[in-house]
Amino acid sequence: MDSHAIITALTPLVPGAAYEAGASIDFATIYVPADRLVDTCLALRDAPSLRFNVLVEVTAADYFPRDPRFEIVYHLVSIPNRLRLRLKVRAGEKGAVPTVQGVWPSAGWLEREVWDMFGVVFDGHPDLRRLLMPEDWEGHPQRKDYPVQIRKPAQTYEPLEISEEEFKANIERDRARRTAR
Amino acid sequence: MGFGLWPQPEAYSRKPTGFIMAELRTETMTVNMGPQHPSTHGVLRLVLELDGEVVRSIRPTIGYLHTGIEKTAEQKKWQQVVPLVERMDYLGAQSNSLAYALSVEKLLGLEMPQRVKDIRVVIAELQRIASHLVWLGTHALEIGAVSLLFYAFRERELLMNINELIAGFRFFPSYIRIGGLREDLPRGFHEAVNAFLDRFPGKVDEFEGLLSRNDIFLRRTQGVGVIAADGALAWGLVGPIARACGVDYDVRRYFPYCGYETYNFEVPTEQEGDVYARYCVRIREMRESVKICRQAITRITPAGAWACDDPRVVPPPKDKVYTEMEALIQHFLIYSQGFTVPAGDAYVPVEGPRGEHGVYVVSDGTNRPWRIKMRAPSLLAIQALPTLVEGGLIADVVAVMGSTDVVMGDCDR
Amino acid sequence: MALDAHTSASASVASLRDATDPELPLITTTVEKIVQWARRSAIWPAQFGLACCAIEMMAMVASRYDIARFGAEVFRGSPRQSDLMIVAGRLSRKMAPAMRRVYDQMPEPKWVISMGACASIGGVFDNYAIVQGVDQVVPVDVYVPGCPPRPESLIYGIVQLQQKIARSRA
Repeated sequence: MDSHAIITALTPLVPGAAYEAGASIDFATIYVPADRLVDTCLALRDAPSLRFNVLVEVTAADYFPRDPRFEIVYHLVSIPNRLRLRLKVRAGEKGAVPTVQGVWPSAGWLEREVWDMFGVVFDGHPDLRRLLMPEDWEGHPQRKDYPVQIRKPAQTYEPLEISEEEFKANIERDRARRTAR
Repeated sequence: MGFGLWPQPEAYSRKPTGFIMAELRTETMTVNMGPQHPSTHGVLRLVLELDGEVVRSIRPTIGYLHTGIEKTAEQKKWQQVVPLVERMDYLGAQSNSLAYALSVEKLLGLEMPQRVKDIRVVIAELQRIASHLVWLGTHALEIGAVSLLFYAFRERELLMNINELIAGFRFFPSYIRIGGLREDLPRGFHEAVNAFLDRFPGKVDEFEGLLSRNDIFLRRTQGVGVIAADGALAWGLVGPIARACGVDYDVRRYFPYCGYETYNFEVPTEQEGDVYARYCVRIREMRESVKICRQAITRITPAGAWACDDPRVVPPPKDKVYTEMEALIQHFLIYSQGFTVPAGDAYVPVEGPRGEHGVYVVSDGTNRPWRIKMRAPSLLAIQALPTLVEGGLIADVVAVMGSTDVVMGDCDR
Repeated sequence: MALDAHTSASASVASLRDATDPELPLITTTVEKIVQWARRSAIWPAQFGLACCAIEMMAMVASRYDIARFGAEVFRGSPRQSDLMIVAGRLSRKMAPAMRRVYDQMPEPKWVISMGACASIGGVFDNYAIVQGVDQVVPVDVYVPGCPPRPESLIYGIVQLQQKIARSRA
């Protein structure tokens, strides 16, 4: 199935969504508007002629001077139909993309990684924290305007270490809890 | 599944009832495992919440080996990225470079000669065996069968010898290049591979004799870390983990590359979906890899084409560089500027040792990649770790983690 | 008391016979020499693998290379039981605090081998994520080059470390 065949199959399932066939040399690629992404993914997963039951990859690419700047790329596989599909969603620097974790649970960490590396916000993601970089890292390294080399001394302390006051407060809290019981 | 005298995991989680136990106040215990831990296959950190022996919850933290390879690759020329992607999943190194080379060749529109494809098949399958041997040794070591590590590494050294033969490097030969191979096969390659293929099936029997009917091994692995087929697919665990629960998805079969459709091999599957089933699948995969290698090595002629004949990518032979001006210029261009790749994006999946490998490559038409993204089967396996171990015993965490065969270099990149 | 040939050559060991009991063997040496000999002949490395080099470190332990010949095969899971840390692989900025903590947990005397190009100078990964040399975090005794080094190189590094221990003041 090429991009147009998939769009033809999708259009009656997701009414009102404007799809766009993308240029590709390996397998079908369609651009999906961000607001209809979850509906589209549900239709792609459940429609008998499509049945894209595995989400193998979520990633992004930063086309920096261009606007909107990011393209979020989803790679899908339909094992029953032996099909592959690439979904692309355009996202600006401030814009958000809905999470597809409800459709494929494997999207959870992959979307976290995209947020970590590119700073694209996934709406409705339950746990959008840093995945690969340290918790207190500043910036999103895979962006094109982020430097490759950074000269700074390596940290040798734990950034999340608790202070003495916090330690005392924890002890007090535990003691209070124990006496209450 | 026979646990024998051992109580089922549920027995531990049962609320203590009765006269004496009612007085006891219990609470869960939080245990930190890693990032430096002997069994985490590298630097993975797990925060376990334990109720006695039972794992209530598990929170994996990754990123301790984040290397920024994808960012670094954007600074390199196309051919220079090959050594970088090999260092991502360092056990399946040549599956990575194969996936990368195939993706870039897709963008360039190159078609490889049949001999190159066959050599790549041999190398990829030997790499799969090497990776499974490391998995087998470390997995058995973690469960308690220390001696198997020495048996597995003994066989792996033979594969390292073959790597050394073809490229002079044990670990990361960078032999698979964009546009073909680095150079022609050395003398003695066929003999070395054939000697290994003759020897290896007997050694697999030896491994199986040590483990497959071993009572301790069976008790540690059967019925542990079970995941169903739909769960495995929902978590994206395509590869040996999904094949261990009955999904026969194998990229070599479903989306053939390098002429895999012309080879006669089976895709091993098991139904149970537990740690033991994953062990069986990988053991059988090693046997299938031997089968594929045998077919491929008979097709490879001792001499012949080792790269495609596209002068954009492949440098001219040395004798022409010394005698012809055009060849010298071309040689100089390829080694100084590199070649350009048409703008576009491509993703060619290959079946790596841990599941579907693939490199998503974006080009903007220059001599450097715009974006490289490696699909990481280990990342998805660690993401699914909570569903595999929660509710089980703490001793099983190590067994399950070993059975998923995670490589942190692949996971964190 | 059995000392290997290497030690007895360098340690000015003399054997004296007691006049009353000619069967009783005696060796005189200095405490320093005997401590150096004991320390260098039974190095216990910490099981601290980071990346690709850790696989070559395992290969060094395994059948073909067999580091037991050099008395350094007892890899300990706990840093509190080990006296050598082989930093095998690239050290990310996220891992650096954890590695420093592992080093601090090791009892004195302790040594560090920086294995491979990434651990020594950052290797090919000159980027935001990788510490450009573990000597920014811990003091390093021996650098082993290679990407990854062959097991023989690492064994040579361990032998170099043994010689360094033999020269050090106990």
